[in-house]
Amino acid sequence: MSTLDIRIDHDVIASWVAEGARVLDLGCGDGELLRYLKDRRGVSGYGVEIDVDRVIAGMKNGINVLQIDLEEGLYDFEDQSFDLVIISNALQTLHRTEKLLCEMLRVGREAVVSFPNFAYWKHRVAIMDGHMPVSDRLPFQWYDTPNVRFFTVADFEALCDKLGISVRERLVLDDAGKPVTEEHNFLGSFALYRLG
Amino acid sequence: MADDFPLSSGSVGVVAPLSARFDTPLTLRSGAVLPGFELMYETYGALNGARSNAVLVCPALSGHHHAAGVHADAPNNIGWWDNLIGPGKPLDTSKFFVVSINNLGGCHGSSGPVSANPDTGRPWGADFPIVTVEDWMAAQALLADRLGVESWAAIIGGSLGGMQAMAWAIHLPARVRHAIVIASAPKLTAQNIAFNEVARQAIITDPEFHGGHFYEHDTLPRRGLRLARMLGHITYQSDDLMAEKFGRRLREGGRKFSFEVEFEVESYLRYQGDKFAASFDANTYLLATRALDYFDPAGDAGGDLAAAFAPATADFLLVSFSTDWRFAPARSREIVDALMRNRRNVSYAEIESSAGHDSFLLDDPHYHAVLRAYFDNITV
Repeated sequence: MSTLDIRIDHDVIASWVAEGARVLDLGCGDGELLRYLKDRRGVSGYGVEIDVDRVIAGMKNGINVLQIDLEEGLYDFEDQSFDLVIISNALQTLHRTEKLLCEMLRVGREAVVSFPNFAYWKHRVAIMDGHMPVSDRLPFQWYDTPNVRFFTVADFEALCDKLGISVRERLVLDDAGKPVTEEHNFLGSFALYRLG
Repeated sequence: MADDFPLSSGSVGVVAPLSARFDTPLTLRSGAVLPGFELMYETYGALNGARSNAVLVCPALSGHHHAAGVHADAPNNIGWWDNLIGPGKPLDTSKFFVVSINNLGGCHGSSGPVSANPDTGRPWGADFPIVTVEDWMAAQALLADRLGVESWAAIIGGSLGGMQAMAWAIHLPARVRHAIVIASAPKLTAQNIAFNEVARQAIITDPEFHGGHFYEHDTLPRRGLRLARMLGHITYQSDDLMAEKFGRRLREGGRKFSFEVEFEVESYLRYQGDKFAASFDANTYLLATRALDYFDPAGDAGGDLAAAFAPATADFLLVSFSTDWRFAPARSREIVDALMRNRRNVSYAEIESSAGHDSFLLDDPHYHAVLRAYFDNITV
């Protein structure tokens, strides 16, 4: 994600978080988001991360980081023990998508999921040209991408529907970080959902 | 002057052990009363004016007070956690005042089985009372009072040392701001207690043990202590590490069809066992393994570890190592879980390492980077 995207992503999530909420941030990376929410919204909570260098970066950022493999599930976490469980730009890197989504709403009262939209029109053009898309939001070649799930805004909503997860809010952004108001699946390159 | 000692700039240099004598009786968990006692300790760095930068280093099973630097009379005897403690090191002595301790019951100067029983004037031997992790904590607290440390910026320990950090956080919560628990567990498993029992039986059944009063017989239960240490060594390392270090290499030539030392690993174990038996007290080994067995804060709180940690207010860092099978990562996760249930600040790192339980003594770059990041954020 570009710096602009990170800021918008963080701003949107901050606007969806109640002051002083208890937050679990899955795939927290270097902990920037949790740090931001702590500073702006006075939240408390934990980041979960598997990569040791990012765990160290998170500690440097002064957040609680737990080095846990999300593919194992969230069995350590008690039912409804968080106000909000976030997975920001990381769901596409995990195999057990369905299980994780259900677990997020077991552990938290609400969930926030953000992800790149593989059906964005520029990505479609790349495929039409015969290549896997590479862009600011999908900045990886097919052979070295951390992404293991390739899904779209339409796919995600269909899965939420199947799992009985209701969408409380949705924000789809275009390449320039501007909100998309129509044809989300075609014009949006990044999507944020508030579920619960 | 830095030129006066041969160590690198990251060393605390030449240090001298200190001793503190306490003449007030200490009632132990067992009900036994120690009329008075002595603790050996070392300090590195300086206590600041606000007395807010003190860090307590708690020793593991065979640990003692000499954690960093060297003693003037033994320039090759480098402290057991020297890679961690010193100016510019993860536990930076230009920021922190580090106190490292030899626990009650120890054999390197603190009151223990080797020291004289005031009632008889002879070594305590097996009569030295059983001490627990909580007793150690109580004695450490008296030393903290003596040093003018009301609350520790951090208490850190690996293995049995981690248990001491947990005991402080639970029983003296106002006196510890950060607890750093490395390669530890909330209680031993039956398998772990079983290993300890084999080690103790090796010592107790050694004909030279004399019921723990071997000092009076002018002898040492060397064979038993050596076996106990050999067993410990096997369990503190991983299968992979031993394969990497020794494989099935034979010492010289082929098989001799004997029970002499033939494999390299046998030679290593015997060497480690002999070295340990020459420097460590058998009764202290019994006491320390028993302290490990007994530690069980959940057991003291109706079996509920989260309830046990309810009084704790410290921030926590837990570190485990992937190949540590005696204090496996899952055991650290139990502690993390209990702390989360209490909504404590807790971070957890599971370090990929091939070295097993002993990893906590090594300077793995990720491990030390985790500790550095954590200590850097401690305000003093």
